[in-house]
Order: sequence, then C-alpha cells, then structure tokens
Amino acid sequence: MVAKDVELSLPPGARYALIGPNGAGKTTLINLITGMLPPDGGHVLLGEEDVTGLEPAQRVKRGLARTFQMNTLFPRLSPLEAATLAVCERRGVATTWWRGLGAYRGEVDEAYGILCSLALDAVCHRPTCELPYGQQRLLEIALALATRPRVLLLDEPAAGVPRDESAGLFAAVAGLSQDLTVLFIEHDMNVVFRFASRVIVMVGGQILVEGTPSEIAADRRVQEIYLGGGRRG
Amino acid sequence: MGAAGTAADPRHELASRARWRGLEAAFWLAALSPFLLFPSHLQLASQIAITALFALSLDLLLGYAGIVSLGHAAFFGVGAYAAGLLAKGGWGEPLSGLAVAGAAAGLAGYAASFIVARVRHLALIMVTLGLGLLVHEAANKAHWLTGGADGLQGVRMWPLLGRFRFDLYGYTAYGYSLVVLALAFLVVRRLVHSPFGLSLRGIRENPVRMPALGAPSRSHIRKAYAIAAVLAGIAGALLAQTTETVSLATLDFQRSAEVLVILILGGAGRLYGSLVGAVIFLVARDQFSGLNPQYWYFWLGALLVLVVMVLPNGVLGGLARLADARPSSGGRPAPSPGGRGIVGRLARLAPSRRDRTS
Repeated sequence: MVAKDVELSLPPGARYALIGPNGAGKTTLINLITGMLPPDGGHVLLGEEDVTGLEPAQRVKRGLARTFQMNTLFPRLSPLEAATLAVCERRGVATTWWRGLGAYRGEVDEAYGILCSLALDAVCHRPTCELPYGQQRLLEIALALATRPRVLLLDEPAAGVPRDESAGLFAAVAGLSQDLTVLFIEHDMNVVFRFASRVIVMVGGQILVEGTPSEIAADRRVQEIYLGGGRRG
Repeated sequence: MGAAGTAADPRHELASRARWRGLEAAFWLAALSPFLLFPSHLQLASQIAITALFALSLDLLLGYAGIVSLGHAAFFGVGAYAAGLLAKGGWGEPLSGLAVAGAAAGLAGYAASFIVARVRHLALIMVTLGLGLLVHEAANKAHWLTGGADGLQGVRMWPLLGRFRFDLYGYTAYGYSLVVLALAFLVVRRLVHSPFGLSLRGIRENPVRMPALGAPSRSHIRKAYAIAAVLAGIAGALLAQTTETVSLATLDFQRSAEVLVILILGGAGRLYGSLVGAVIFLVARDQFSGLNPQYWYFWLGALLVLVVMVLPNGVLGGLARLADARPSSGGRPAPSPGGRGIVGRLARLAPSRRDRTS
C-alpha cells in the first residue's frame, strides 16, 4: 500500500507544499492525481469535474499539469521546439502536416514568451541535452506552463539544482501566476518556507498532519521525522 | 521581452531548417544522371528509386517517430499485389494503380496501427515482426489470388499517361519511379517540418512526456503509421508496375530487414539518409555480386559492420558530424536524430526505468 486514505483539497491560487521522507508516497500521489496510476478507490476532482476516469493527456487538457522529479525532456529538441510542441498540442494544431513551423507565428511567439519569462531565451535554440541542469529544470516548468494549467503539480522542482543556478528557479516559482494553484513536493525547507502558504506532511503513504509552515516546523512528530528540528534528514 | 525584431528571430530559426539547400538541388540533379551517364543501368536506377521510396516511408516511422518496425515489407507487398492484381484484372493504367495500391496499403497500415500504437520497445518489435510474417504467410496460402510461391503472372501495364510505354531499357520505368519518389519526398519533407513532424519527434525523444503535454500520442502514431504504409504501398506498386511481376519476396522478412539496414546505413531521421542508403546498398550489392557471386553477402556484411562502427549515425550522420565540428562548439557535434539513437534503441530494448511510474 503506497498511498492510503489520502484526502487532499487545493483551493484556487493555493501554494501548498507536500513534504515527507523518501518513500512516503508523494510522487505516487502525484501519479494518482495525474492519472498515470489508477486508484484502487476514490475520486479525483478538478473544479467541479470528476476526472478519475480520464487518461493523463485528457486531464492535461482540462488544466492539470505536472513536472517530473527526474528531467523528462526531449533531449534532441531545442527548448523552443519543445515549448512550441506543447503550445501546438494545446491549440490543437499538432496534426497539421502541410504547413511549416515557421508559419505558426502565434504558437512560436507564445512558446518564446514562456521561455523568456523563465530566462531561457538565450539558449532556446540549443539542443536540450546541452543545457546545464538548472536550465533543464526550468524547461521542465516551462513545458508544464505551456499547457496553460489551472493546477500545477511540481515534483521536487529544485532537486539536484546547484546553488548557483537555484536563484533562477526560485524566481520562476515566485513568478508563477496568482491564478495558478500550485502543489509542490520539496525536500528543501528553504523553498517550502519561502513559497508555501500551507504544508502537508506525508509519511508511509498517509497524511500525517497539515498546517502553516510555522505550525509544521513546530510540530514534534514532524521534527522527529526530520531528525531533529526542521532540518532535512 | 524583445522588440518586434527579436520576436521574428525564433521563427526564423525554425523556418530556416525547412529551407532548400543547394546540396539538395545538386542531389536531385545528380539523380537525372543515369539517363545520360548510365543508360545501361536504368533498371538498377529504378530499383534504387523504388527502394529509396520504401526506405523513406520507414524513415518517417523510425527516424522521426522512433518506431522500430521489422515488418514494414508487409505494406510494400500489399501495394505490390494490389497494383499487380488490378493490372491483371484488366486495368493497366499506372497512375490509378498507384492510387489503389496506396489506399490498400494505407488501410492495412491504419488497421495494424491500432495494435502498434499501444506497444513499445520489445513488444513493438515483436508485433511488427509478427504482422509481417502473418501477411507473408497469408499471401503464400492464398495462391488462388496471389499465385503463391510462383508469383503473380499476367501483369500488363498500359503506357504511362497514355504516351510512355514501359520499354525494355527502363527509360520510362526510371523516369516514372524518379518522379513518384520526388513527389513523395516533397510530401514527407513538408510533413517533417510541420507541427505534426514536431509531435512525432517528441514521441521519439520522450514518449512519457507527450501525454504530460496533453498530446494524443497513440493517435499521432496511428496517423504516421498509416502515412508510412501508403508510401510503402506506392513503392511496392512501382515495383510491380515497372517489372510487371509480383512475388512473395516483396513481403518477406528479408525485405523488411534490408530496408532497416539501408536506413541505418544512410542515416535515419535525415530524409536524405534513406535515399543515400538505398544508393549505397544497391550499388554495393550490384557490384559485389558482379565481383564474386558466391560470397557477395560477406562483402556486404563487412561493409555494414564497418559503417556501423565508424559511422554509427549512418553516412549522413558522419558527414553532419564533420560539418558540425566547428571550433566554437568545442568540436562537439550537434546530436543527430538517428544513429546511436537507432542502434542504441535496438540495444536498449528493455523498458527504461523512466517509463515505469515511480
């Protein structure tokens, strides 16, 4: 049993953090919400709509996007191509084969705009596999944003990003639209305290406790889990 | 964000990839040379053009969508038999025969795609292999229709466009094959630079990310598979019409394997790789079998091993690497879409960890 009796509710515009030790079931929860894993029971509701029976791609179309803990990018595509791909898919033009990409001004400009907002415009023509890790993490977020989500699930956005590149990432997370509902999994407590209005703690596949960051930091059970007071265990 | 001038830049870069290069014009000009320089080899030239079209159809699947198919000859054969049967039945008009063959192969491809689009890696290879063997066996058994192992007899073609008879020397055959190849090439070239082409490359680069972008991957794959089948069927029809015979060899595994080899040889995912590969393979086969009829497969094998070891991205991949080794990029070439990807893909047949939800 990887995730059990999880009840989670995200109000619009929320900035919630999901924390917990490794193996607590956080990524599994994201996979359940996005539809990559079928639940044994329960429902997933997006707004008023029950999306439990929908495939992942269909949920994305309804505004539920995610990023991956391990970079899941297109190695030989450039960031601009990848973002344009996402925009074309969203706009429903991805099946047209008789017009070249250069003719799709709106789509390319929108993709370029998203990349600019994440400071990726300078490298937008280089193959993704040649980008430094921090910029690849930013591209992860860019691709999710290109789907114009209402709800964004970030799976450890800062994972593995070197100190000198994390500023850009923090700026990106801070810059996310206020209309967007964000749930992010994070181990880095700095990120959690900086961005989250509410923290949910998962242990052993279940939700242990929920509260504001200060409440959680003061909670003894949480302190025990993280081996002595708020520090990453 | 930048001013209007900068906003035009991103599209400029994407559009520049679709522009015709001088080298391409030179290639097509050179394709006309057999008429003048090698008039006694026009039959071989036809074979090359037909095989190039067949390889091009596989490139769409393998080089662009990343689908390894070991049964692509099934559609080549369906097209060949469709065109042959039409002519045998009394309607020998070539162009409509092409259309019918393309439609028949396309239908078969679309039907098969429902299975093919659902599987990846090892299962995909086995499914395509199985389908190819199935079609071959069905054609073998149905000798009332196909002539079985004896092949189809009585295929008589009418003059092309009412004027050009299919002559013994192969002038009409090569001209016909070359024009069809060129037209198909134009279509495929346009397709790969379109949003659909970008989606296919996305599927190749990361099939897990595609649904996370809301992309209907299976639907895209079905489309690509059907289009590739249509083109393969047209190639098969060309063979049937220019040689006025159809045999089970159009459907067998060897043909499926050969076209895969040709694509790897020339460089997958590069369009011209399929054409270059066909030229090299068939010319080599022609020359080697002339040199040493008994052991020419040995020389062919040696050539292939050499190419894969020295040029893992095919001939065009190797040339691209030479061209890209600029000092400014530190001598590191741009990653190529095929080659180590293809050879690597065949080697990494086990599902990657990333594909499993974790």
